[in-house]
Amino acid sequence: MVLHGLDSTSPDAANPSVTTAADRTAAEGPVSRRPAWRDLGSFVADGLREATSGGPVYHLWMGGLTLLMLIGSWAYWTQLRHGLAVTGMNDHVSWGLYISNFTFLVGLAAAAVMLVLPAYVLKDTDFPRAVLIGEGVAVAALVMCLGFVTVDVGGPHRLWHMIPGIGYFNWPDSMLTWDVLVLNGYLALNLLIPFYILFSHYRGRTPKKALYLPFVFLSVAWAFGIHLVTAFLYAGLPARPFWNNALLGPRFLASAFAAGPAFILVALWAIRRWTDYKIQRDTFRKLALITTVAAQVNLVMLVSELFKEFYHPTEHSASAIYLFFGLGGADDLVPWIWTAVIVNVVCTILLSIHPLRRNLRVLIPICGALFAAIWIEKGMGLIVPGFIPGPWGDVVEYHPTGVEIAVTLGIWALGLFLFTVLVRVALPVELGRARAPGLPTSDTSTPA
Amino acid sequence: MKFWKKKSEEGSIDESIARASAFEREFSRRQLLGLLGVAGAGAATVAATSGCGGKAKAVEDAALDWETFFQGNYRLMTEAEKRDTVKRLERRWQRDHAGRIEVSSKDAVPGVLYGYAFNVSKCKGYMDCVKACVEENNTDRDSAMQYIRIFEVEEGEGLGLHGGDSHFFHEVPAAGHFYMGVQCFQCDVPPCTKVCPVGATWREDDGIVVVDYDWCIGCRYCEAACPYGARRFNWSEPEVPDDEVNRNQHYLGNRLRSKGVVEKCTFCIQRTREGRLPACAEACPTGARVFGNLLDPDSEIRWVLENKKVFRLKEELGTEPKFWYFMD
Repeated sequence: MVLHGLDSTSPDAANPSVTTAADRTAAEGPVSRRPAWRDLGSFVADGLREATSGGPVYHLWMGGLTLLMLIGSWAYWTQLRHGLAVTGMNDHVSWGLYISNFTFLVGLAAAAVMLVLPAYVLKDTDFPRAVLIGEGVAVAALVMCLGFVTVDVGGPHRLWHMIPGIGYFNWPDSMLTWDVLVLNGYLALNLLIPFYILFSHYRGRTPKKALYLPFVFLSVAWAFGIHLVTAFLYAGLPARPFWNNALLGPRFLASAFAAGPAFILVALWAIRRWTDYKIQRDTFRKLALITTVAAQVNLVMLVSELFKEFYHPTEHSASAIYLFFGLGGADDLVPWIWTAVIVNVVCTILLSIHPLRRNLRVLIPICGALFAAIWIEKGMGLIVPGFIPGPWGDVVEYHPTGVEIAVTLGIWALGLFLFTVLVRVALPVELGRARAPGLPTSDTSTPA
Repeated sequence: MKFWKKKSEEGSIDESIARASAFEREFSRRQLLGLLGVAGAGAATVAATSGCGGKAKAVEDAALDWETFFQGNYRLMTEAEKRDTVKRLERRWQRDHAGRIEVSSKDAVPGVLYGYAFNVSKCKGYMDCVKACVEENNTDRDSAMQYIRIFEVEEGEGLGLHGGDSHFFHEVPAAGHFYMGVQCFQCDVPPCTKVCPVGATWREDDGIVVVDYDWCIGCRYCEAACPYGARRFNWSEPEVPDDEVNRNQHYLGNRLRSKGVVEKCTFCIQRTREGRLPACAEACPTGARVFGNLLDPDSEIRWVLENKKVFRLKEELGTEPKFWYFMD
């Protein structure tokens, strides 16, 4: 509807951009006449049933994640009682593993746009099946982001101070307030759009484009927003020359658009392997291409950064010297960053060779490695050197403690748990197996 | 919306907006407090009726803590609310400790802008300033938190401090070395206050950058934003033995902090607003520290600025520190 003018000549004009098998059965089949709130009840009940039933592997996976979450909760309780002194952070390196993971995960969330853009806006019919997965990744990543920020603050019981009206929201001055807005807004968009589409399918209805497409456009712009704003959080600090550069924002985007689709590729591969939700090969092919181009751009920017820091090193290059070569005998991050750089370069080269990229058995391990390399580079490799050396030249290294690592693993487990649940709820609806009471169910596991 | 004055000469429109939004905030906060108060009172009654002696005290303590938890941003409080807030702090202290504390809520004195000058030629690294600062400001003894750092720099290393050492344990002054102290420079354009997501830190009208320790959420963004390493975080519950607590306190200054909040040098706001010198300036045995009102043409600080070759650190960052260095 919204794009009517653009494709009035196309015979497909009446087709919604997200044309899934579920849509087609919905368009032809019966429609639920029950009030929406009653269907919502059975939707939630069906979802819960789907999320709690599965084979032994599934239960082992969810049980393992639950165990990690419990250990993480215990570690967080320890941190709450004794203060952040139980972490490796101090007044020299005042942000560590938590904020590193936060920064990386914002990128993962932003990457959903690389699926949303072709699926909804460019009407690429290869993507609809994958796009819901991408949105699920975004939701899980955002919840992890909010988790990491919450465990990092010294007074989580005071977070209400940020709520406008009862608290004080220092907007627009503080980039952190911008981040709160864009992250929560993006979370809402990525919950509402897929929910509307899934719930419509569940009720046997075709989602109305006029209702959701404006939000899709908004979420596309928003995805760039969350990542730029998060980069500005650091780039806006003249106190930290390592972050205070104009390339930080663009580099964030490039690495996000490499790491995000790489993760989604691994997730899609797992879904294809363990469920009967068949993702088309074309989707893998296109996502792999996006990952490749983003990884190439990321490398160009890395070279640009290295040139600036090392062609004529100034006092402001000290952090980069610490990161890549060590400073005054302190070199704990050096093996990490070189691992990341080498893996990045090798993966990008391999991805650039067409036959290798098109072979799933090669592509998936490369994606996993690339994801890990960018996690190092954009997590600890970005946050920690910002503080080393300190404003007066102090070189104090940072080592996360067991408590910090346990909390971090707990939050990652929470994210993966949530992602699994979201996928488990979405797939049966999209496959036509889960329908509102009174509607016939069908199985459309094979792609149309 | 930015509603407070950045500099004292800025317009009065800001002020009226400040008053209006303070009212609004206060109103909605009170409503919330009222709602929650019902639940809280219920819980308190249960606690009071279910126990033996000492419960009554626990209930009253909980009531005080409850009010403290829901108190607003100090910056937005009316004069009456500020007085209530510091009275509550005094009462809360008395319940668990012998003796009394006095907490001031004294505002900036009009016509005053504080400045500091440090004579690099005179400082000998005796560290009396550091000791006086710790005792004055009730900083955590466990982690040995200090606002001032004195660097010992080898002659010829220059004034950038990067070749300096602030952990020296030997007789001073050491031959061939000079000494230079850093602390919060009370920037006129502070990068730390701008980044605070909840407005828990701001520049007062007399130029002092303060923190509302009851409003700070402990995100440490300000600590990352400070180019001078001036801010400190309470990584664990700060400990000050009862007999060492300085009982003359200011809400924005040396009152006792809790874990998980940021603090910093306030030019000893509890002293300077009463017309006294900061503890460091008073304790310095060499006269290296000059403190005073920049707006008073007859002050010593003005004499130094007008008659000595002064310089500031990291001026290129545009922070306009109110802390100068000079040499004889």
